[in-house]
Amino acid sequence: GVDLGFLGPWACLSTGWWWSSCLVWATIRMEKGNKKAQPQLLKTPVANGIIERDETTMEKEIAGLHRVDFEFSDIFYFCRKGFEAIVEDEVTQRFSSEELVSWNLLTRTNVNFHYVSLRLTVVWVVGVVVRYCFLLPLRFTLAAIGITSMIVGTTVVGQLPNSSVKSYLSELVHLTCSRILVRALSGTIHYHNKENKPQKGGICVANHTSPIDAIILTNDGCYAMVGQVHGGLMGVIQRATVKACPHVWFERSEVKDRHLVTKRLREHVADKSKLPILIFPEGTCINNTSVMMFKKGSFEIGGTIYPVAIKYDPQFGDAFWNSSKYNIVSYLLRIMTSWAIVCNVWYMPPMVRKEGEDAVQFANRVRSAIAQQGGLTELPWDGGLKRAKVKDTFREEQQKNYSKMLVRNGSIGNLSTGTESD
Amino acid sequence: MGSRASTLLLSHSQITRLYSRFTSLDKGENGTLSREDFQRIPELAINPLGDRIINAFFSEGEDQVNFRGFMRTLAHFRPIEDNEKSKDQNGPEPLNSRSNKLHFAFRLYDLDKDDKISRDELLQVLRMMVGVNISDEQLGSIADRTIQEADQDGDSAISFAEFVKVLEKVDVEQKMSIRFLH
Repeated sequence: GVDLGFLGPWACLSTGWWWSSCLVWATIRMEKGNKKAQPQLLKTPVANGIIERDETTMEKEIAGLHRVDFEFSDIFYFCRKGFEAIVEDEVTQRFSSEELVSWNLLTRTNVNFHYVSLRLTVVWVVGVVVRYCFLLPLRFTLAAIGITSMIVGTTVVGQLPNSSVKSYLSELVHLTCSRILVRALSGTIHYHNKENKPQKGGICVANHTSPIDAIILTNDGCYAMVGQVHGGLMGVIQRATVKACPHVWFERSEVKDRHLVTKRLREHVADKSKLPILIFPEGTCINNTSVMMFKKGSFEIGGTIYPVAIKYDPQFGDAFWNSSKYNIVSYLLRIMTSWAIVCNVWYMPPMVRKEGEDAVQFANRVRSAIAQQGGLTELPWDGGLKRAKVKDTFREEQQKNYSKMLVRNGSIGNLSTGTESD
Repeated sequence: MGSRASTLLLSHSQITRLYSRFTSLDKGENGTLSREDFQRIPELAINPLGDRIINAFFSEGEDQVNFRGFMRTLAHFRPIEDNEKSKDQNGPEPLNSRSNKLHFAFRLYDLDKDDKISRDELLQVLRMMVGVNISDEQLGSIADRTIQEADQDGDSAISFAEFVKVLEKVDVEQKMSIRFLH
């Protein structure tokens, strides 16, 4: 089973320095423990798939039969694809928490508490007491201090006239407060390749898992945020910070107006003295196992793109915000009662749009780079599918492919409508 | 669980995983799936035959399917294992037999359930597969030719026996199976 010993150092976590070394040690312990415990823990099936998907293309499967016409068996291909999608699909599982190979002693993720052995149950109970009675109040206090000083600090700095002193103070407030907030989440963040850190006048794009992505990046340097104006506590913070720092907040009605968004971002980028913009081009939170389609808007602005890959370690807590299931407060409570937020941040070499490359191609190139660095799966799907239905054009694409095959096989002369033009 | 596993011949772990899939698709959290729950799977929603496939999960007049029904329909797509081929034929035929797989495909065409695929029914499926890319006229001639080739009794419709005959050379066992892991 898992060694009881790793609970020892939890007692000394009140100092930040100890905290990070504890985590490193705990990781090693947990990994060791997992290896030992695996035969026990893996009794519940949590391997990574139910089925092996068939990758044969429609052309190969149907046209490979050397026939000249439609056949009744043509539907077999679509049937099998349909059933595969029902049993396991690429997209919807990215909108719920990642499945872990072994239970991480938290009452969450896909494997909730289950009885394995008395020893493990004792460890779990001690863990609950530590997390809820000790860590949570400490973290909650820190978070309250962080948020209050952010609001007060930026409001005060916001009163100053625009000058280099103001931006210096504003950065100071942002950095200090986000560092307090990262502590409140017990964040242990490793920043890689700091020489590639986003520069002023550039655009930083990153994969998106949770609202805390922004705090994690701000912890190591200031950004001008881009986003929609929220209500509640988020709204208060947004209104306060925008006085001190040139964040770009849009009203709900303005977001739809793509020209206005692009115009305001262009103006920001044109001013080389302004902080780099931070954009999450997926437009929604994904569970940190994949990167979905990047919206092309951010890549039409021009200027240098600084890609950043963020990868959380799910062993210590689930950073993904499943916004359709939890509101922001219960999400933060879950995070604050987890073991910790452990993540890697990779700053990647800046990228610019190549000649002859359109915004979509450029977006895909940046996305591939981020996916590769972060070890994430690349998916061509739009993250908007979390809420919206898939566009009919994708189905039409499939129908067009099938029609083309009938035509190529000679059963009919040519396509009736001008579909050859693509 | 035991009896279910034995009729569907899936392992305990496969059933557990399929149950967790079922609950994650069940957005209404009422233990059943509706058509909308299926349509929320993007890869299924873009499938030209998606609506027919979804339909196969629902009994006549029902708009909800429970886990048992879900598994029954899925079972058609379980591969046939070697030891099953040689099994004695006394018990009820398993859902994943060649004949049941063919029957499943036949029912996707046969919308009015009269055990015949009429020219109209064939045209409907063809239209779903080609979309707007092929004219009515051309599609009509494809349908006529297909029926002509398969029709043996001259009633201009395809019975299940004729359907089986046309597909006798097709590797139905492989094409209508999905590979389950362990």
